[in-house]
Amino acid sequence: MPQYVIIGSGAAGVSAIEAIRTQDEHGEILLIGDEREGFYSRPGLAYFLTNEIPEKQLFPFKRDDFDRLKVKLLFARVMQIHTADQLVELHDGSKISYDRLLIATGASAAQPALSGAELEGVVKLDNLNDVRKIIKLARRGSTAVVIGGGITALELVEGLLSRSVKTHYFLRKDRYWNNVLDETESRIIEHRLKEEGVRIHYNTEAAEIIGKKGKVVGIRTTDGKEIKCNIVAIAIGIRPRMQLAANAGIATDRGILVNEYLQTEAPNVYAAGDVAQVFDPLSGKSVLDSLWTPARLQGYAAGLNMAGKPTMYLKEVPFNVTRLAGLTTTIIGTVGRGVDEDLIGIARGDSETWRELPDVIACQNNFDVNRVRLLVGEKTLVGAVIMGDQTLSHPLQELIVQHADITPVRSQLLKPQVAISNIIADFWISWRQQNAAQQP
Amino acid sequence: MSIKGFIQQESSRRRAMTSGQVTPESSRCVQCGICSYNCPLEIDVRRHAWRGLPIKESQCLTCGECVARCPRGVLSFAQTNLSLGGL
Repeated sequence: MPQYVIIGSGAAGVSAIEAIRTQDEHGEILLIGDEREGFYSRPGLAYFLTNEIPEKQLFPFKRDDFDRLKVKLLFARVMQIHTADQLVELHDGSKISYDRLLIATGASAAQPALSGAELEGVVKLDNLNDVRKIIKLARRGSTAVVIGGGITALELVEGLLSRSVKTHYFLRKDRYWNNVLDETESRIIEHRLKEEGVRIHYNTEAAEIIGKKGKVVGIRTTDGKEIKCNIVAIAIGIRPRMQLAANAGIATDRGILVNEYLQTEAPNVYAAGDVAQVFDPLSGKSVLDSLWTPARLQGYAAGLNMAGKPTMYLKEVPFNVTRLAGLTTTIIGTVGRGVDEDLIGIARGDSETWRELPDVIACQNNFDVNRVRLLVGEKTLVGAVIMGDQTLSHPLQELIVQHADITPVRSQLLKPQVAISNIIADFWISWRQQNAAQQP
Repeated sequence: MSIKGFIQQESSRRRAMTSGQVTPESSRCVQCGICSYNCPLEIDVRRHAWRGLPIKESQCLTCGECVARCPRGVLSFAQTNLSLGGL
């Protein structure tokens, strides 16, 4: 009976277990996680922070779900992987052998190189404990400074606001998330934040967090400004937790390198989820995503491969729906470029693909706060950002993910001042009908 | 919105709610559980989204609470084979 060992109890790890059980009813599965809480919805932490759900709601699986999957759960930290002997070594020195190993350790928040970062009151939004900590600190009358970019920084801003905390937001340059959003989109978000009472500080960099008796009392910027606060919340990006693999001599780059079967260089060792840098045979590139669905799909494919059913993971067009300053926003495909100075690498809910330079023309529509931006390629749509009204979110997702040939409407879309929404909606309906007609 | 537009939207919404079923689009779901939390009948909508299954429970009122609350547009009312009598 094969022994499967999974390190990491997130979406990738749990999906791998479900996949293994479709192939192998009896093999032993051990899930090792270093968070006592086990499997919970990490993206859901933002909604726990805004008080939309209670903590207990974050757990999609109950004990009997794991029992049904016949998994042994172990709360422990893996210190070392011995690939030659096929063993993992735990923090207490004990060793566990594996026939197949999955590294699904995810990613963790990047640490800022900032004096005072160790003070009580410096927080991040990475795991359940972080949110518990923020909730304790976020009392009426508190003041917070948020540093960083991407989705997580705004989740912190909104969570703090919803808890009546006076909130400042530092941006290193002159706008929010400049390598994924275009200027209008950034301004829409910033405007909404300001309306909610957030003080945005542009071109501002923290120099030092000021402490007193081990607690945060303020922050000093590089241009000498001081703001009194008791919370400094930092979201400057994430780093794949790939140290275990690197220490074991497994090839890593920005994440653990895996082929399209999610295999690492070491025999019988696989990686999936935020920690994996996955080779995509279609583009010929290895990329990182920090998204729930790719993690789930990678975990599932890895599980099938581990259980002996060869299954390729083909990267899909990255896609996320999120709330930015209360505005539902869908980001699909390739939409931006360059580097955002507020982030190191990528952030949660993010994909490296979004910021590749698309060889395309952008066209856009504005109505109040509803906005659609399309990135129009030679024959296909390569990306879209949909803010506010989400009517087009699903049609655009289908058209982009399935590389629909948009030749019939391309020239219409590129005319200035056209009603993109109508063109896309009409085109999508006829495209679907055609597709349906082609199905047997 | 014009009154006519509103009535049309309202009528199509009601049609969807009476004849459709809550159907998830799993690739959008992050299992936050807001849907299940807001279901007045405590249907585990989130689990349906994990499995990619429509809510076929006869208890579902199609009240639309989960559809409206989902922050990621996972849920919608759709006509499925089930609501057409399994055809």
